[in-house]
Amino acid sequence: MLVKEIMKTSVITLSPEAPISEALKLLTDNHIRHLPIVDEDNRVIGIVSDRDVRDASPSIFSKQVDSEELKNPIKSIMTHPVVTVHPLDFVEEIAAIFYEEEFACVPVVQNDRLVGIVTEKDMLYTLIQLTGTHVQSSQIEIKVPNKIGILPEVTAIFGKRKVQITSVLIYPYKTDSHFKVLVFRVQTMNPLPIINDLKAENFEVLWPNTSESEL
Amino acid sequence: MTTNCHSAFVYSKDFEKYRFSADHPFNQIRVAMTKDLLEMENTLNQSQILMPRKATDEELMLFHDPSYIDAVKRASVDELTDDDELKYGLGTEDTPIFPNMHDAASLLVGATLTAVDSVLEGKSKHALNLGGGLHHGFERKASGFCIYNDGAIAIKYIREKYNLRVLYVDTDAHHGDGVQWAFYDDSEVCTLSIHETGRYLFPGTGNTNERGLKSGYGYSFNLPIDAFTEDESFIDVYESSFREVMEYFKPDVIVTQNGADAHCLDPLTHLSSTMKTFEYIPLLAHELAHKYCNGKWIALGGGGYDIWRVVPRAWAQIWNVMTTNSIFTGNLPMEWISKWQTEAPVKLPDSWHDHEGIYKSIPRKAEISEKNSKMLEKALQFTRNKMKFSK
Repeated sequence: MLVKEIMKTSVITLSPEAPISEALKLLTDNHIRHLPIVDEDNRVIGIVSDRDVRDASPSIFSKQVDSEELKNPIKSIMTHPVVTVHPLDFVEEIAAIFYEEEFACVPVVQNDRLVGIVTEKDMLYTLIQLTGTHVQSSQIEIKVPNKIGILPEVTAIFGKRKVQITSVLIYPYKTDSHFKVLVFRVQTMNPLPIINDLKAENFEVLWPNTSESEL
Repeated sequence: MTTNCHSAFVYSKDFEKYRFSADHPFNQIRVAMTKDLLEMENTLNQSQILMPRKATDEELMLFHDPSYIDAVKRASVDELTDDDELKYGLGTEDTPIFPNMHDAASLLVGATLTAVDSVLEGKSKHALNLGGGLHHGFERKASGFCIYNDGAIAIKYIREKYNLRVLYVDTDAHHGDGVQWAFYDDSEVCTLSIHETGRYLFPGTGNTNERGLKSGYGYSFNLPIDAFTEDESFIDVYESSFREVMEYFKPDVIVTQNGADAHCLDPLTHLSSTMKTFEYIPLLAHELAHKYCNGKWIALGGGGYDIWRVVPRAWAQIWNVMTTNSIFTGNLPMEWISKWQTEAPVKLPDSWHDHEGIYKSIPRKAEISEKNSKMLEKALQFTRNKMKFSK
């Protein structure tokens, strides 16, 4: 999946000379946490987070409403250079950036111009789509030997039953590298025929597993 | 508490024409078995039985898209393309195509409308259509054994024809998603669904945070209980939520969906309820219908895939509660057992109740009950706050 498929294209930005108070207002009014700072050609020259702005604001205990600090230009507190991504980068690469850099937002830049933004929240939303839990489905978990060609063997069983697969995830099986766990979300209310087919082919079905309630 | 309420039992042998294939788990013979059981217990007589009508296209369109109804009609005569099959959720393992499926599905809807009219025209206090409760049907898609969503259509029908506020209570083990989404932004219809958590089970939705949209926010309640939940915890969740939502919403009429697949013997789900749960479900619905709605209560069937040992007993109790405000106890009529045992692949029960030890004891019982009560708190938090501040 490419960045351009998940990025937001209407981005709220600020110019470097704008006062911090304006950033504060934009963040609050739009319920957002990041503002790319762009020059007149829409080039990203910095970024500020709600935390940066808060650090620069007077304490909530201070009575002063119109404080001097907030009149400083935003460029005085912005972070730069900025880590950016390209619309044709992979979504997984952004996940790695978020994990390693410990921040939660990247501007998307093409030909040096800002074209979009991706936040941690967009990323989580995408992950939910990938797990398929947002559409009607049942979950089946199967433990399989870790060998080539196993996935088509399993999916053929679903195909034969005319059951639509909404998502497939492949996990390692605990610490044993000889096995994998396949997690399918399938559009059926009655997974029993498939489970019987899987068992008949000697696959180990981890869930549904009713042994806890069996007589 | 009112006993001997005049009630209507909607029934036609033609319910059985809603049959996807010989080995499909959804089998309407369970309605005939229930009727038989009630007749042999002398609690159902001919004067209480209403013949259903078929729903008209206009009625189906109260909820369904005309293009979908058209697709079901084409499927009925085997003229649907593969692409359209996929688009409309037909021809799958769950909802295969069968001849005359449109007629069979329209009859189930018509039966629910017959039940609605009987109650709202004042001809009976309560009405029961065990052929209905097909809560997974979507506006333009069949799913989960459901073609037309009779519950959603009936509620639209009540809104339009009678202009009453409706509480829909769904105790099927699967989330009542089709009905929930149909009224998600409607503050005049409140939905309450208790179901096995969607982490594994179809359809996967029904989390506590699904509370409705826009003006409908706060009018969808979801109570997802853990796999292997037993009677005590199920009943606690059901009673607390139903009573509180009733007090909060104060509906004019109650529609209940009485899927009987939360039973431990049900092959498609993983809950551990017994007949105790299914005895209590109608007793509370009956009590609350009289307390808040002058008795107006329409009960529907739903899921239930152990059609031999579970569904007839569970559903017969609904009727007994409707008409006598009591439950059957003791042994089942011998006559009924010997008649149906010849067809059943499993040994039929001899008693109205389940024996102790029907399922192996659940080692995680305390943990499951604790988790369910936390979930209940979360689901009702919004209502509790709202009621506190409105006082």
